[in-house]
Amino acid sequence: MIAEAGLAALWLAAALAALQLALACGLGGEQGKSIRAVRAVAVTQGLVTLIAFAALVELFLRSDMSVLLVAENSHSQKPWLYKFAGTWGNHEGSMLLWVTVLALAGAIVALFERRLDHKTLGASLGAQALLALGFFAFLLIASNPFERLDPAPLDGRGLNPLLQDPGLAFHPPTLYLGYVGLSVAFSLAVGGLIRGNVGPAIARAMRPWILAAWVLLTLGITAGSYWAYYELGWGGWWFWDPVENASLMPWLAATALLHSVNVLAARGGLRAWTMMLALVAFSMSMIGTFLVRSGILTSVHSFAVDPLRGTFILALLALYIGAALALFGLRIAHVKEGAPFEIVSREGGLVANNLLLSVILGIVFVGTLYPLVAEALSGDKLSVGPPYFNSVASPLALVLAALMLVGPQLKWRRDAKPVLPRVAPGLLVAAAVLIATVLLAPNIGLLPRFGLAIGAALLPASLLPLIGRSLRRTPLAIWGMVLAHTGVAVAILGMASDSAFTQEKLTAVRPGERVAVGPWLVEFRDVLPIAGPNWTALEAELRASRGSGVTVLNPQSRYFAEPPTTTNEAAIDTSWNGQLYAVLGEPTDQGGWQLRLWWKPFVTLIWLGGFLIACGGALALAGRVFRRRPQGFYRTGPFV
Amino acid sequence: MNRSLRFLPLLVLLAFVGAVAWRLSSPADEKIESKMIGRTIPAFALAPAVPGKAGLSSKDLGSGKPRMINVFASWCVPCIAEAPLLAELKAKGIPIDAIAVRDRPADVAEFLAQRGDPFERIGADPESRAQLALGSSGVPETFIVDGAGIIRYQHMGPIEPDDLPVLVAQWEAAK
Repeated sequence: MIAEAGLAALWLAAALAALQLALACGLGGEQGKSIRAVRAVAVTQGLVTLIAFAALVELFLRSDMSVLLVAENSHSQKPWLYKFAGTWGNHEGSMLLWVTVLALAGAIVALFERRLDHKTLGASLGAQALLALGFFAFLLIASNPFERLDPAPLDGRGLNPLLQDPGLAFHPPTLYLGYVGLSVAFSLAVGGLIRGNVGPAIARAMRPWILAAWVLLTLGITAGSYWAYYELGWGGWWFWDPVENASLMPWLAATALLHSVNVLAARGGLRAWTMMLALVAFSMSMIGTFLVRSGILTSVHSFAVDPLRGTFILALLALYIGAALALFGLRIAHVKEGAPFEIVSREGGLVANNLLLSVILGIVFVGTLYPLVAEALSGDKLSVGPPYFNSVASPLALVLAALMLVGPQLKWRRDAKPVLPRVAPGLLVAAAVLIATVLLAPNIGLLPRFGLAIGAALLPASLLPLIGRSLRRTPLAIWGMVLAHTGVAVAILGMASDSAFTQEKLTAVRPGERVAVGPWLVEFRDVLPIAGPNWTALEAELRASRGSGVTVLNPQSRYFAEPPTTTNEAAIDTSWNGQLYAVLGEPTDQGGWQLRLWWKPFVTLIWLGGFLIACGGALALAGRVFRRRPQGFYRTGPFV
Repeated sequence: MNRSLRFLPLLVLLAFVGAVAWRLSSPADEKIESKMIGRTIPAFALAPAVPGKAGLSSKDLGSGKPRMINVFASWCVPCIAEAPLLAELKAKGIPIDAIAVRDRPADVAEFLAQRGDPFERIGADPESRAQLALGSSGVPETFIVDGAGIIRYQHMGPIEPDDLPVLVAQWEAAK
C-alpha cells in the first residue's frame, strides 16, 4: 500500500505543478492577482512530493522486497543507516530526491519571498513549476521508483559495497540540495527576464539561495573528495573524473554568481552577466545530472546506464536551458545597464574574479566533453586526464587566488588610493615563502611552489578587510567573506603541500620487515582474517613509529559476498602535520604482501579549507537571512 | 553585453546537445583497436610450459607461414569455453602456438588433458612479460602473425562461434 500511496502522491504532485504553471501563465485570473493561489499550490506541491519521498524511505527501511527498486538495491541484512541511505543510492531514488528538493525549494520561495513584486514572483514560480513538471514526467514515465515486483524475492540484491560508508548517507543529498538550490536562481532569472525586471530586487531575492546552494555544494564536493581519498585507496583527493567535474562545474558557476550577484544587489551593475550566470549555474547542475545519470562518459562512478533515460533528461535540459538562453538573447537588450565603474574598483575586481572563474569553468567543460566531441568528429577514442586539467586550470586558479590579495580591499565604483600599501603584507609573505622554498626544497614543481607562496600570502591578506572596521558592527556577510577567503588560503596550502612533499612507497613485505616513508618507520607485523556484519576481510597489522610516537594501522582488503566484490580499506593515521596512508595489496609468491604507503604532509588542510569556505558561506547566509528587517515586514503573513 | 554575443550561449548549448544526441543515437563502439597490428613481433624466448612439448620463441614465428598464437591460462574460465573452437581452427589446418600465462606445468598439463591440446608449441610466461610485450592485457587473446613475423590480427577475449569465420579470413589474408 505504501508504494501505491507514494505513486499516487507523485501523480498528484505532477498535477499540482501543472496547475501552478497554468495559474502563473494567467489562467484563472490576471497575473499578479492570482499570486495567493500560486503560492498555495506551490506549497502543497512541495508537501505532496515530500510525502512521496517519505513513502520510498519507509519502503527501504522496511525492506519491502515486493518493490523492484528495494529488491534490486537493498538487503534485509544491511545496517539501518545504509538501508536509509540506499533510498538515494540508486537512479530512481536519487531522481525522486532531486525532484523533492526542487518542489520544496519552490514551496519555500512561495512561503517566504516577500520583497519581490508579485508579477516577477508569479513568473518565477511558474518557471519553477515547469522545471518540476518535466522531472515529475521523467520519474513517472521512465523511472518509476514504486514499481512492484511479482513474485517478491526472498531478499534483495545488496548495494555496491563501496557505497556502504557513512559518507554516502550524506554526500549525494548534500550535493543534490546544492544543485537544486540553484534552480531558484534560475527560475528567478527567468521570471526577471520575462517581466523585464532585472535589478537589485531580484539579486537580493536570489542571494540567499545562491549562498545556501553554494555552501552545500562546497560541503558536498569537500566530503566527496575526502570519501574518494580514503575509500578508493588511491591516495589522491581529486581525479578529474567526469562525475567529479559534473559537481565542480556548477560550483564554479555558483562561485562566480555569488560574487557578481553582490555587484547587482549593491550597485545595480553587471545585470546581463549576473542573469547569464544564474542560468548557467543551474544549467550546469542539469548537465551534471545528465552526465552522471546517462552514463555517457566513462567514469569510475558506476551508475545505471539506460539510453531512454539519457534521451529523456537530454530532451528536458535542451528544452529548459535552450528556452532560458533564447529568452536571455531576446530580452537582455531591454535590460538597462547598471552604474558605471572604473577598472580599479570592487566591481573591477569582481569582474576579474568572474572572468577567471568562467574561463576555468570553460576549461573543465571542454576537457570533460572533449572525448565525446573528438570521437564524434574523428572516431578517435581518447581520455582527457589530470595533466590537461592541472596544467591549464591550476595556474588560472592561482592567478585568481593572487587577485584575492587585493580584490576584497577595493572600494566600490572607484578606488583612487594607491593599491600597493594594502597588498604589501601579502606580497612580503609571498616573497618570504618563495625564497624559503627555493632554499629548503629546490626540487618541487613551479605550481606547488607558487601555491605555497600565494596560499601563505592569502592567510594575512584575507583578514585585511577587517582593518579599520569596528569588529562588533562588522556585518556577518563580511565575516563570512573573511572566513571563506581564509579557507581558500588553507585549502591551497594543503593542495600545494600534498603535491610538493608527498612521499610514496610501494613494496612487497613479509611479516617482521620494516619500511621507511617520510619521517615514519613502518613495521609489517602480520595479516589476519576478520569478519564484519556483511563482509570478511584480511587485515594487516602495521606498527608505525616516528620519534617517540607509535601508532597501529590496520588496512584491510575486504570481501563482500552480496554482490561479490573486493574493496581496499585504507588505514589512515592523522597527525597535526599530515597523514600516513596505508593500503594492503595482493599477496606475493614469496609469502609476502604488497604494501603501499604514503606520507602526505598537511594534506588535511585541503578539506579543512573546504570546510572553512563552507562555514564562511553559512555565516554570510545567516547575515543575509537574519538581519534586521524593515519595520512592519512581518505584518503580512503567509499566503497574502 | 555585445549584441552579437547574446545568442552565443544558446549556440554552445546546441553544440553540446548535438554531440550528446549523436552519442546516444550511435551505440558505443566497445571495440578497442590494437596498436600492435602491422608491427614485428617482439623478441621473446619462452621455456616449455609442459614437459614433452617445445617452448615458444619469437624466432619460431615468421618462418614463412602465418601462425596463430593463443594466450591462455589453466586458471582462466573463458579459456575453457574457447578450447573446442581452437580445436576447430586446428582442424581447418591453422597451426596454433600458445603462451601459458602465470601458470604451473602440472596445471597446464591437466588443462590440456581435459580440454584438448590443439597447440604445436607452448611457452611458459610466468611473469606475463611476453604477454605484455605483445600488447595483450588479459587472457584469453589470440594473435595472427604472418610469414614475415608481423602481427596481422589481435582478437581480445574468448573466441566465440561468430568469430571463427573472421579468424579464418584473417589467417588466409596473412598468407
